[in-house]
Amino acid sequence: MNIPRVGIIGIGQSHFKARRQDKNYPELVREAVTLAMNDCKLSFDDIEAVVYSLAPDALLGIGNAERLGVDAVGARNKRFMRINTGGSTGISSVAAAHSHIASGVCDVVLAAGADKVGECGDSQTILNKIWDPIYERPLPLGTITMLAMSAVRYAYKYGMTEEDMARIVVKSRNAAVLNPYAHLRTPTTIDDVMKSRMISWPIKLFDCCPQSTGGCAMVLASEDYIRKNKLEAVWITGVGHSTESYYIGDRMGIGYAADHADAHALSEAVQRAYKMAGITDPIKQIDVAEMYSPFSNTEFHAIEAAGLAKLGESPALLKEGYFTHDGPRPVNPSGGVLCANAIAVTAMVRVAEAALQVWGRADAHQVKNAKRAVASGNGGDHQFFGAVVVES
Amino acid sequence: MELMTRTEKWNITYNHALGETASWFFAQIRDNQQIYGRRDAKTKRVLVPPRPFSDESLEPTNEWVPVGPEGTIECFTIVYEAFNNLPDPPYAFGYVLLKGADTAIGGYFKGLDLSDGAVVAKQLAIGTKVMTHFAKDRQGDSLDFWFELV
Repeated sequence: MNIPRVGIIGIGQSHFKARRQDKNYPELVREAVTLAMNDCKLSFDDIEAVVYSLAPDALLGIGNAERLGVDAVGARNKRFMRINTGGSTGISSVAAAHSHIASGVCDVVLAAGADKVGECGDSQTILNKIWDPIYERPLPLGTITMLAMSAVRYAYKYGMTEEDMARIVVKSRNAAVLNPYAHLRTPTTIDDVMKSRMISWPIKLFDCCPQSTGGCAMVLASEDYIRKNKLEAVWITGVGHSTESYYIGDRMGIGYAADHADAHALSEAVQRAYKMAGITDPIKQIDVAEMYSPFSNTEFHAIEAAGLAKLGESPALLKEGYFTHDGPRPVNPSGGVLCANAIAVTAMVRVAEAALQVWGRADAHQVKNAKRAVASGNGGDHQFFGAVVVES
Repeated sequence: MELMTRTEKWNITYNHALGETASWFFAQIRDNQQIYGRRDAKTKRVLVPPRPFSDESLEPTNEWVPVGPEGTIECFTIVYEAFNNLPDPPYAFGYVLLKGADTAIGGYFKGLDLSDGAVVAKQLAIGTKVMTHFAKDRQGDSLDFWFELV
Protein backbone atom coordinates (compact mmCIF):
# COMPACT_ATOMS: atom_id res chain seq x y z
CA MET A 1 0.00 0.00 0.00
CA ASN A 2 1.38 3.38 -0.98
CA ILE A 3 0.35 5.85 1.76
CA PRO A 4 1.02 9.49 0.83
CA ARG A 5 3.25 11.57 3.08
CA VAL A 6 1.46 14.01 5.36
CA GLY A 7 3.21 17.19 6.47
CA ILE A 8 3.32 18.88 9.86
CA ILE A 9 3.18 22.61 9.14
CA GLY A 10 2.32 24.20 12.49
CA ILE A 11 3.10 23.41 16.13
CA GLY A 12 2.00 25.12 19.34
CA GLN A 13 2.48 24.08 22.94
CA SER A 14 2.07 25.71 26.34
CA HIS A 15 4.74 26.28 28.92
CA PHE A 16 3.49 23.42 31.10
CA LYS A 17 2.85 24.22 34.75
CA ALA A 18 1.09 22.79 37.80
CA ARG A 19 -1.82 25.22 37.44
CA ARG A 20 -2.93 28.11 35.23
CA GLN A 21 -5.30 30.43 37.08
CA ASP A 22 -5.12 32.99 34.26
CA LYS A 23 -6.85 30.74 31.71
CA ASN A 24 -9.89 28.49 31.99
CA TYR A 25 -10.07 25.29 29.96
CA PRO A 26 -11.20 26.55 26.50
CA GLU A 27 -8.89 29.55 26.83
CA LEU A 28 -6.00 27.15 27.38
CA VAL A 29 -6.96 25.17 24.25
CA ARG A 30 -7.18 28.45 22.33
CA GLU A 31 -3.68 29.44 23.48
CA ALA A 32 -2.14 26.31 21.89
CA VAL A 33 -4.27 26.67 18.73
CA THR A 34 -3.22 30.30 18.27
CA LEU A 35 0.45 29.33 18.59
CA ALA A 36 0.07 26.55 15.98
CA MET A 37 -1.93 28.77 13.59
CA ASN A 38 0.66 31.54 13.87
CA ASP A 39 3.40 28.95 13.28
CA CYS A 40 1.95 27.87 9.90
CA LYS A 41 0.57 31.33 9.04
CA LEU A 42 -2.82 29.95 7.97
CA SER A 43 -6.24 31.25 8.95
CA PHE A 44 -9.14 29.29 10.46
CA ASP A 45 -10.82 29.36 7.02
CA ASP A 46 -8.01 27.11 5.74
CA ILE A 47 -8.73 24.37 8.31
CA GLU A 48 -11.13 21.70 6.98
CA ALA A 49 -11.37 19.41 9.99
CA VAL A 50 -10.50 19.40 13.68
CA VAL A 51 -9.49 16.38 15.75
CA TYR A 52 -10.02 17.18 19.40
CA SER A 53 -7.58 15.59 21.84
CA LEU A 54 -9.35 14.92 25.16
CA ALA A 55 -8.62 12.18 27.72
CA PRO A 56 -11.07 10.99 30.46
CA ASP A 57 -13.64 13.70 31.21
CA ALA A 58 -13.24 13.44 34.97
CA LEU A 59 -9.63 14.68 34.82
CA LEU A 60 -11.05 18.03 33.73
CA GLY A 61 -14.35 17.70 35.59
CA ILE A 62 -16.27 18.60 32.43
CA GLY A 63 -18.34 15.99 30.60
CA ASN A 64 -17.71 15.98 26.84
CA ALA A 65 -15.54 19.06 27.19
CA GLU A 66 -14.95 18.96 23.42
CA ARG A 67 -18.35 20.70 23.27
CA LEU A 68 -16.92 23.54 25.29
CA GLY A 69 -13.77 23.52 23.17
CA VAL A 70 -15.49 23.64 19.78
CA ASP A 71 -15.12 27.42 19.49
CA ALA A 72 -11.57 27.45 20.84
CA VAL A 73 -10.52 25.34 17.84
CA GLY A 74 -12.75 27.13 15.32
CA ALA A 75 -14.66 23.96 14.43
CA ARG A 76 -18.12 25.39 13.66
CA ASN A 77 -19.42 23.99 10.36
CA LYS A 78 -16.36 21.73 10.03
CA ARG A 79 -15.66 18.03 10.39
CA PHE A 80 -15.08 17.62 14.14
CA MET A 81 -14.33 14.58 16.28
CA ARG A 82 -13.01 13.88 19.74
CA ILE A 83 -10.38 11.22 20.40
CA ASN A 84 -9.86 9.57 23.79
CA THR A 85 -7.41 6.72 24.21
CA GLY A 86 -6.27 7.67 27.72
CA GLY A 87 -2.59 8.57 27.91
CA SER A 88 -2.08 8.01 24.19
CA THR A 89 -4.95 10.37 23.25
CA GLY A 90 -2.58 12.94 21.74
CA ILE A 91 -0.82 10.53 19.38
CA SER A 92 -4.17 8.94 18.43
CA SER A 93 -5.41 12.44 17.58
CA VAL A 94 -2.40 13.00 15.32
CA ALA A 95 -3.08 9.61 13.71
CA ALA A 96 -6.74 10.54 13.10
CA ALA A 97 -5.70 13.88 11.58
CA HIS A 98 -3.17 12.01 9.44
CA SER A 99 -5.89 9.61 8.23
CA HIS A 100 -8.16 12.48 7.22
CA ILE A 101 -5.40 13.71 4.92
CA ALA A 102 -3.82 10.42 3.77
CA SER A 103 -7.29 9.20 2.73
CA GLY A 104 -7.68 12.24 0.50
CA VAL A 105 -10.72 13.53 2.41
CA CYS A 106 -9.03 16.75 3.61
CA ASP A 107 -5.98 18.87 2.81
CA VAL A 108 -5.56 20.74 6.11
CA VAL A 109 -6.48 19.39 9.56
CA LEU A 110 -5.96 20.77 13.05
CA ALA A 111 -5.36 18.48 16.05
CA ALA A 112 -5.63 20.26 19.38
CA GLY A 113 -6.45 19.94 23.04
CA ALA A 114 -5.41 20.82 26.59
CA ASP A 115 -5.61 19.44 30.10
CA LYS A 116 -5.77 20.87 33.58
CA VAL A 117 -4.83 17.80 35.61
CA GLY A 118 -3.90 20.02 38.56
CA GLU A 119 -7.56 21.00 38.99
CA CYS A 120 -8.83 17.46 39.66
CA GLY A 121 -7.18 17.18 43.06
CA ASP A 122 -5.92 13.63 42.58
CA SER A 123 -5.57 11.98 39.19
CA GLN A 124 -5.13 8.50 40.74
CA THR A 125 -8.66 8.63 42.15
CA ILE A 126 -9.96 9.14 38.62
CA LEU A 127 -7.55 6.72 36.98
CA ASN A 128 -8.67 3.98 39.41
CA LYS A 129 -11.99 4.21 37.55
CA ILE A 130 -10.45 2.86 34.32
CA TRP A 131 -10.58 -0.62 35.89
CA ASP A 132 -13.70 -2.75 35.61
CA PRO A 133 -16.08 -2.25 38.53
CA ILE A 134 -16.62 -6.01 38.94
CA TYR A 135 -13.36 -7.85 39.46
CA GLU A 136 -10.56 -5.31 39.72
CA ARG A 137 -11.70 -1.87 40.88
CA PRO A 138 -12.20 -2.90 44.53
CA LEU A 139 -8.41 -3.21 44.54
CA PRO A 140 -6.80 0.22 44.71
CA LEU A 141 -5.38 -0.04 41.20
CA GLY A 142 -4.16 3.17 39.61
CA THR A 143 -1.66 3.99 36.90
CA ILE A 144 1.12 4.25 39.49
CA THR A 145 0.43 0.88 41.12
CA MET A 146 -0.12 -0.79 37.73
CA LEU A 147 3.28 0.42 36.51
CA ALA A 148 4.95 -0.26 39.88
CA MET A 149 3.96 -3.90 39.28
CA SER A 150 5.46 -3.65 35.80
CA ALA A 151 8.68 -2.38 37.41
CA VAL A 152 8.70 -5.32 39.84
CA ARG A 153 8.42 -7.76 36.94
CA TYR A 154 10.97 -5.91 34.79
CA ALA A 155 13.44 -5.89 37.72
CA TYR A 156 12.82 -9.62 38.29
CA LYS A 157 13.36 -10.50 34.63
CA TYR A 158 16.26 -8.22 33.77
CA GLY A 159 17.86 -7.10 37.04
CA MET A 160 16.86 -3.40 36.89
CA THR A 161 17.70 -1.62 40.16
CA GLU A 162 16.14 1.40 41.87
CA GLU A 163 19.32 3.29 40.97
CA ASP A 164 18.75 2.43 37.28
CA MET A 165 15.29 4.00 37.58
CA ALA A 166 16.80 7.06 39.28
CA ARG A 167 19.26 7.39 36.40
CA ILE A 168 16.32 7.88 34.01
CA VAL A 169 14.98 10.68 36.23
CA VAL A 170 18.36 12.41 36.33
CA LYS A 171 18.65 12.20 32.53
CA SER A 172 15.14 13.55 32.02
CA ARG A 173 15.49 16.44 34.44
CA ASN A 174 18.86 17.44 32.97
CA ALA A 175 17.22 17.49 29.54
CA ALA A 176 14.20 19.49 30.76
CA VAL A 177 16.50 22.24 32.02
CA LEU A 178 17.09 23.00 28.33
CA ASN A 179 13.39 22.84 27.36
CA PRO A 180 11.45 25.99 28.29
CA TYR A 181 8.09 24.18 27.79
CA ALA A 182 8.78 21.48 30.41
CA HIS A 183 7.02 21.62 33.79
CA LEU A 184 9.78 20.19 36.03
CA ARG A 185 13.04 21.93 35.10
CA THR A 186 15.17 21.47 38.21
CA PRO A 187 18.12 19.08 37.87
CA THR A 188 18.32 16.24 40.36
CA THR A 189 20.74 13.52 41.45
CA ILE A 190 20.48 9.76 41.94
CA ASP A 191 20.78 10.42 45.67
CA ASP A 192 17.88 12.91 45.64
CA VAL A 193 15.67 10.46 43.71
CA MET A 194 16.53 7.63 46.11
CA LYS A 195 15.73 9.86 49.10
CA SER A 196 12.38 11.04 47.71
CA ARG A 197 9.43 9.48 49.50
CA MET A 198 8.18 6.04 48.49
CA ILE A 199 4.84 6.20 46.66
CA SER A 200 4.24 2.64 45.42
CA TRP A 201 7.20 0.29 45.68
CA PRO A 202 9.60 0.65 43.87
CA ILE A 203 8.30 3.97 42.47
CA LYS A 204 9.30 7.03 44.50
CA LEU A 205 8.04 10.58 44.16
CA PHE A 206 10.81 11.64 41.76
CA ASP A 207 10.18 8.54 39.58
CA CYS A 208 6.69 9.97 38.85
CA CYS A 209 5.53 12.46 36.25
CA PRO A 210 3.91 15.68 37.49
CA GLN A 211 0.21 16.54 37.13
CA SER A 212 0.49 19.28 34.51
CA THR A 213 -1.65 21.98 32.95
CA GLY A 214 -1.20 23.08 29.35
CA GLY A 215 -2.24 22.60 25.74
CA CYS A 216 -0.84 21.44 22.41
CA ALA A 217 -1.95 21.91 18.80
CA MET A 218 -0.61 20.75 15.46
CA VAL A 219 -1.62 21.62 11.91
CA LEU A 220 -1.20 18.83 9.35
CA ALA A 221 -1.51 19.18 5.57
CA SER A 222 -1.28 17.16 2.37
CA GLU A 223 1.91 17.21 0.34
CA ASP A 224 0.02 18.76 -2.62
CA TYR A 225 -1.27 21.59 -0.45
CA ILE A 226 2.18 22.20 1.05
CA ARG A 227 3.83 22.31 -2.40
CA LYS A 228 1.15 24.54 -3.94
CA ASN A 229 1.33 27.03 -1.07
CA LYS A 230 5.11 26.80 -0.69
CA LEU A 231 4.87 25.98 3.02
CA GLU A 232 7.60 24.73 5.33
CA ALA A 233 6.98 21.21 6.65
CA VAL A 234 8.37 18.06 8.20
CA TRP A 235 6.78 14.73 7.26
CA ILE A 236 4.88 11.97 9.00
CA THR A 237 6.09 8.85 7.21
CA GLY A 238 4.93 6.14 9.61
CA VAL A 239 1.91 5.60 11.88
CA GLY A 240 1.16 2.47 13.91
CA HIS A 241 -1.12 1.39 16.73
CA SER A 242 -1.57 -1.83 18.70
CA THR A 243 -3.28 -3.17 21.81
CA GLU A 244 -2.99 -5.94 24.36
CA SER A 245 -5.87 -7.69 26.11
CA TYR A 246 -7.50 -6.23 29.23
CA TYR A 247 -6.47 -8.19 32.31
CA ILE A 248 -3.14 -7.45 34.01
CA GLY A 249 -3.17 -10.99 35.39
CA ASP A 250 -3.15 -12.38 31.84
CA ARG A 251 0.27 -10.80 31.31
CA MET A 252 1.86 -13.22 33.81
CA GLY A 253 1.26 -16.77 35.02
CA ILE A 254 1.51 -19.64 32.50
CA GLY A 255 1.57 -19.39 28.71
CA TYR A 256 0.93 -15.65 28.48
CA ALA A 257 1.16 -13.83 25.15
CA ALA A 258 2.82 -10.69 26.54
CA ASP A 259 4.57 -9.93 29.84
CA HIS A 260 3.41 -7.05 32.04
CA ALA A 261 7.13 -6.24 32.46
CA ASP A 262 7.46 -5.29 28.80
CA ALA A 263 5.52 -3.22 26.29
CA HIS A 264 4.78 -5.91 23.75
CA ALA A 265 2.04 -4.06 21.86
CA LEU A 266 4.07 -0.84 21.86
CA SER A 267 6.71 -2.82 20.02
CA GLU A 268 4.01 -3.94 17.55
CA ALA A 269 2.85 -0.33 17.11
CA VAL A 270 6.41 0.87 16.52
CA GLN A 271 7.11 -1.94 14.05
CA ARG A 272 3.97 -0.99 12.08
CA ALA A 273 5.13 2.63 11.96
CA TYR A 274 8.67 1.58 11.01
CA LYS A 275 7.38 -0.70 8.24
CA MET A 276 5.30 2.14 6.80
CA ALA A 277 8.34 4.45 6.96
CA GLY A 278 10.70 1.83 5.50
CA ILE A 279 12.81 1.62 8.66
CA THR A 280 14.56 -1.72 9.06
CA ASP A 281 17.42 -0.80 11.41
CA PRO A 282 16.19 1.75 13.98
CA ILE A 283 19.55 2.02 15.75
CA LYS A 284 21.06 3.34 12.52
CA GLN A 285 18.00 5.04 11.06
CA ILE A 286 16.39 6.78 14.07
CA ASP A 287 18.25 9.92 15.19
CA VAL A 288 16.07 10.78 18.19
CA ALA A 289 13.12 9.27 20.08
CA GLU A 290 10.37 10.91 22.12
CA MET A 291 8.90 7.94 23.98
CA TYR A 292 5.89 8.20 26.29
CA SER A 293 7.07 7.29 29.76
CA PRO A 294 5.18 8.65 32.79
CA PHE A 295 7.29 6.72 35.33
CA SER A 296 11.04 6.22 35.20
CA ASN A 297 10.91 2.42 34.85
CA THR A 298 8.62 2.55 31.81
CA GLU A 299 11.26 4.36 29.75
CA PHE A 300 13.27 1.15 29.71
CA HIS A 301 10.58 -0.95 28.06
CA ALA A 302 9.73 1.96 25.74
CA ILE A 303 13.35 2.21 24.55
CA GLU A 304 13.35 -1.53 23.93
CA ALA A 305 9.98 -1.42 22.14
CA ALA A 306 11.44 1.25 19.85
CA GLY A 307 14.20 -1.17 18.90
CA LEU A 308 16.90 1.06 20.43
CA ALA A 309 18.03 -1.72 22.81
CA LYS A 310 17.37 -5.43 23.14
CA LEU A 311 14.89 -6.59 25.79
CA GLY A 312 16.37 -6.02 29.23
CA GLU A 313 19.51 -4.29 27.97
CA SER A 314 18.49 -0.64 28.21
CA PRO A 315 19.45 -0.09 31.91
CA ALA A 316 23.07 -1.08 31.18
CA LEU A 317 23.19 1.09 28.05
CA LEU A 318 21.69 4.04 29.96
CA LYS A 319 24.51 3.72 32.49
CA GLU A 320 26.97 4.05 29.62
CA GLY A 321 25.28 7.27 28.47
CA TYR A 322 23.61 5.90 25.34
CA PHE A 323 20.27 7.69 25.68
CA THR A 324 21.27 11.18 26.78
CA HIS A 325 20.65 14.16 24.57
CA ASP A 326 24.23 14.07 23.22
CA GLY A 327 24.61 10.27 23.37
CA PRO A 328 24.47 7.86 20.41
CA ARG A 329 20.72 7.08 20.78
CA PRO A 330 19.01 10.19 22.24
CA VAL A 331 15.72 9.48 24.02
CA ASN A 332 13.45 12.21 25.37
CA PRO A 333 15.67 15.28 24.89
CA SER A 334 12.62 17.36 25.89
CA GLY A 335 12.69 15.83 29.37
CA GLY A 336 9.75 13.69 28.33
CA VAL A 337 6.57 12.85 30.20
CA LEU A 338 8.54 12.65 33.46
CA CYS A 339 8.90 16.44 33.26
CA ALA A 340 5.41 17.42 31.94
CA ASN A 341 2.19 15.43 31.74
CA ALA A 342 -0.97 17.26 30.73
CA ILE A 343 -2.62 13.92 29.97
CA ALA A 344 -4.93 14.88 27.06
CA VAL A 345 -2.04 16.24 24.99
CA THR A 346 1.07 14.53 26.39
CA ALA A 347 1.37 12.05 23.53
CA MET A 348 0.78 14.86 21.00
CA VAL A 349 3.71 16.72 22.59
CA ARG A 350 5.83 13.64 21.87
CA VAL A 351 5.05 14.01 18.14
CA ALA A 352 5.47 17.79 18.33
CA GLU A 353 8.89 17.44 19.99
CA ALA A 354 9.95 14.79 17.44
CA ALA A 355 8.86 17.19 14.68
CA LEU A 356 10.75 20.14 16.22
CA GLN A 357 13.88 17.98 16.38
CA VAL A 358 13.85 16.93 12.72
CA TRP A 359 12.88 20.49 11.76
CA GLY A 360 15.99 21.79 13.58
CA ARG A 361 13.78 24.01 15.74
CA ALA A 362 14.34 22.45 19.19
CA ASP A 363 16.67 25.29 20.21
CA ALA A 364 18.66 24.49 23.38
CA HIS A 365 17.59 20.83 23.45
CA GLN A 366 18.21 20.27 19.73
CA VAL A 367 19.84 16.93 18.89
CA LYS A 368 22.56 17.53 16.31
CA ASN A 369 21.72 16.47 12.74
CA ALA A 370 18.37 14.90 13.71
CA LYS A 371 16.63 13.95 10.47
CA ARG A 372 14.36 11.08 11.50
CA ALA A 373 12.53 10.62 14.80
CA VAL A 374 10.07 8.26 16.45
CA ALA A 375 7.39 9.30 18.95
CA SER A 376 5.08 7.11 21.03
CA GLY A 377 2.06 7.17 23.31
CA ASN A 378 0.68 4.71 25.89
CA GLY A 379 -2.89 4.63 27.14
CA GLY A 380 -4.90 2.50 29.54
CA ASP A 381 -3.13 -0.54 30.95
CA HIS A 382 -1.34 -1.71 27.77
CA GLN A 383 -4.45 -1.15 25.59
CA PHE A 384 -3.66 1.93 23.53
CA PHE A 385 -0.15 2.08 22.15
CA GLY A 386 0.66 4.44 19.27
CA ALA A 387 3.81 5.32 17.34
CA VAL A 388 4.64 7.92 14.71
CA VAL A 389 7.77 8.40 12.57
CA VAL A 390 8.61 11.99 11.57
CA GLU A 391 11.24 12.96 8.99
CA SER A 392 12.71 16.21 7.69
CA MET B 1 -5.92 41.23 39.11
CA GLU B 2 -7.73 38.79 41.37
CA LEU B 3 -8.03 35.35 39.67
CA MET B 4 -10.96 33.33 41.01
CA THR B 5 -11.77 29.59 41.17
CA ARG B 6 -14.99 27.62 41.69
CA THR B 7 -15.10 24.28 43.57
CA GLU B 8 -17.25 21.31 42.47
CA LYS B 9 -17.66 17.75 43.75
CA TRP B 10 -19.00 14.78 41.78
CA ASN B 11 -20.89 12.20 43.81
CA ILE B 12 -22.51 9.63 41.53
CA THR B 13 -23.85 6.21 42.58
CA TYR B 14 -23.78 3.39 40.02
CA ASN B 15 -25.36 -0.04 40.40
CA HIS B 16 -23.39 -2.29 38.05
CA ALA B 17 -24.76 -5.63 36.80
CA LEU B 18 -22.12 -8.36 37.21
CA GLY B 19 -23.50 -10.68 34.52
CA GLU B 20 -23.92 -14.46 34.84
CA THR B 21 -20.26 -15.50 34.97
CA ALA B 22 -19.10 -13.03 37.63
CA SER B 23 -22.31 -13.51 39.62
CA TRP B 24 -21.70 -17.31 39.87
CA PHE B 25 -18.01 -16.71 40.67
CA PHE B 26 -18.77 -14.35 43.55
CA ALA B 27 -21.62 -16.54 44.87
CA GLN B 28 -19.12 -19.44 45.19
CA ILE B 29 -16.69 -17.21 47.08
CA ARG B 30 -19.44 -15.90 49.35
CA ASP B 31 -21.15 -19.24 50.02
CA ASN B 32 -18.36 -21.83 49.70
CA GLN B 33 -15.05 -19.96 50.10
CA GLN B 34 -13.97 -21.35 46.72
CA ILE B 35 -12.40 -19.46 43.81
CA TYR B 36 -13.15 -20.77 40.32
CA GLY B 37 -11.72 -20.12 36.88
CA ARG B 38 -13.20 -20.80 33.44
CA ARG B 39 -11.45 -23.09 30.98
CA ASP B 40 -10.80 -21.87 27.45
CA ALA B 41 -12.31 -24.67 25.33
CA LYS B 42 -9.67 -24.29 22.64
CA THR B 43 -6.40 -23.65 24.49
CA LYS B 44 -7.48 -25.44 27.72
CA ARG B 45 -6.05 -22.53 29.75
CA VAL B 46 -7.91 -21.74 32.98
CA LEU B 47 -8.74 -18.03 33.15
CA VAL B 48 -8.99 -16.41 36.60
CA PRO B 49 -10.93 -14.22 37.15
CA PRO B 50 -13.41 -16.11 34.96
CA ARG B 51 -14.82 -14.76 31.74
CA PRO B 52 -17.48 -16.17 29.42
CA PHE B 53 -15.06 -15.96 26.48
CA SER B 54 -11.31 -16.14 26.11
CA ASP B 55 -9.38 -13.02 25.18
CA GLU B 56 -6.79 -15.27 23.55
CA SER B 57 -8.72 -17.81 21.44
CA LEU B 58 -11.85 -15.58 21.31
CA GLU B 59 -13.88 -18.78 21.87
CA PRO B 60 -16.44 -19.22 24.67
CA THR B 61 -15.10 -20.77 27.89
CA ASN B 62 -16.90 -24.05 28.68
CA GLU B 63 -16.01 -25.34 32.15
CA TRP B 64 -15.79 -24.11 35.74
CA VAL B 65 -12.51 -25.18 37.37
CA PRO B 66 -11.82 -24.81 41.13
CA VAL B 67 -8.43 -23.13 41.75
CA GLY B 68 -6.26 -22.39 44.81
CA PRO B 69 -6.22 -21.93 47.71
CA GLU B 70 -2.42 -22.24 47.32
CA GLY B 71 -0.79 -19.74 45.00
CA THR B 72 2.42 -18.08 43.82
CA ILE B 73 3.15 -14.34 43.72
CA GLU B 74 3.49 -12.99 40.17
CA CYS B 75 3.86 -9.28 41.05
CA PHE B 76 3.20 -6.89 43.90
CA THR B 77 3.48 -3.32 45.11
CA ILE B 78 3.39 -1.68 48.52
CA VAL B 79 1.64 1.69 48.64
CA TYR B 80 2.79 4.37 51.09
CA GLU B 81 0.99 7.40 49.60
CA ALA B 82 -2.58 8.42 50.40
CA PHE B 83 -4.86 8.98 47.40
CA ASN B 84 -8.30 10.56 47.64
CA ASN B 85 -11.07 7.97 48.06
CA LEU B 86 -8.62 5.04 48.05
CA PRO B 87 -7.60 3.07 51.18
CA ASP B 88 -5.37 4.58 53.85
CA PRO B 89 -1.71 3.54 53.35
CA PRO B 90 0.32 1.52 53.82
CA TYR B 91 -1.07 -1.54 52.05
CA ALA B 92 0.34 -4.26 49.83
CA PHE B 93 -1.44 -5.88 46.90
CA GLY B 94 -0.60 -7.67 43.71
CA TYR B 95 -1.32 -10.69 41.54
CA VAL B 96 -1.20 -14.38 42.41
CA LEU B 97 -1.22 -17.47 40.21
CA LEU B 98 -3.57 -19.82 42.05
CA LYS B 99 -2.97 -23.58 41.87
CA GLY B 100 -4.73 -24.93 38.77
CA ALA B 101 -4.99 -21.50 37.06
CA ASP B 102 -3.08 -20.16 34.06
CA THR B 103 -3.64 -16.45 34.73
CA ALA B 104 -3.15 -14.43 37.92
CA ILE B 105 -5.81 -12.76 40.06
CA GLY B 106 -5.42 -9.58 42.10
CA GLY B 107 -5.73 -9.36 45.88
CA TYR B 108 -4.30 -7.77 48.99
CA PHE B 109 -1.32 -9.25 50.81
CA LYS B 110 -2.06 -9.20 54.54
CA GLY B 111 -0.31 -10.23 57.75
CA LEU B 112 2.89 -8.30 56.94
CA ASP B 113 4.74 -5.52 58.74
CA LEU B 114 4.81 -2.88 55.99
CA SER B 115 7.02 -0.35 57.76
CA ASP B 116 10.08 -1.02 55.56
CA GLY B 117 9.37 -1.36 51.83
CA ALA B 118 12.70 -3.00 51.02
CA VAL B 119 12.07 -5.73 53.60
CA VAL B 120 8.51 -6.35 52.42
CA ALA B 121 9.64 -6.40 48.78
CA LYS B 122 11.93 -9.32 49.60
CA GLN B 123 9.14 -11.13 51.46
CA LEU B 124 6.79 -10.69 48.49
CA ALA B 125 9.35 -11.61 45.80
CA ILE B 126 7.97 -13.10 42.59
CA GLY B 127 7.64 -16.86 43.03
CA THR B 128 6.84 -16.72 46.78
CA LYS B 129 4.16 -19.17 47.95
CA VAL B 130 0.99 -17.75 49.47
CA MET B 131 -2.33 -19.05 50.79
CA THR B 132 -5.76 -17.60 50.09
CA HIS B 133 -7.73 -16.45 53.14
CA PHE B 134 -11.44 -15.64 53.19
CA ALA B 135 -13.27 -13.04 55.27
CA LYS B 136 -15.74 -14.22 57.93
CA ASP B 137 -18.44 -11.93 56.59
CA ARG B 138 -18.41 -12.29 52.83
CA GLN B 139 -20.31 -9.95 50.53
CA GLY B 140 -19.65 -11.59 47.15
CA ASP B 141 -16.84 -9.19 46.24
CA SER B 142 -13.14 -9.16 45.34
CA LEU B 143 -12.37 -8.04 48.89
CA ASP B 144 -13.83 -11.27 50.37
CA PHE B 145 -10.42 -12.90 49.98
CA TRP B 146 -6.75 -11.96 50.32
CA PHE B 147 -3.36 -13.66 50.39
CA GLU B 148 -0.92 -14.37 53.21
CA LEU B 149 2.58 -15.84 53.15
CA VAL B 150 2.67 -19.59 53.79
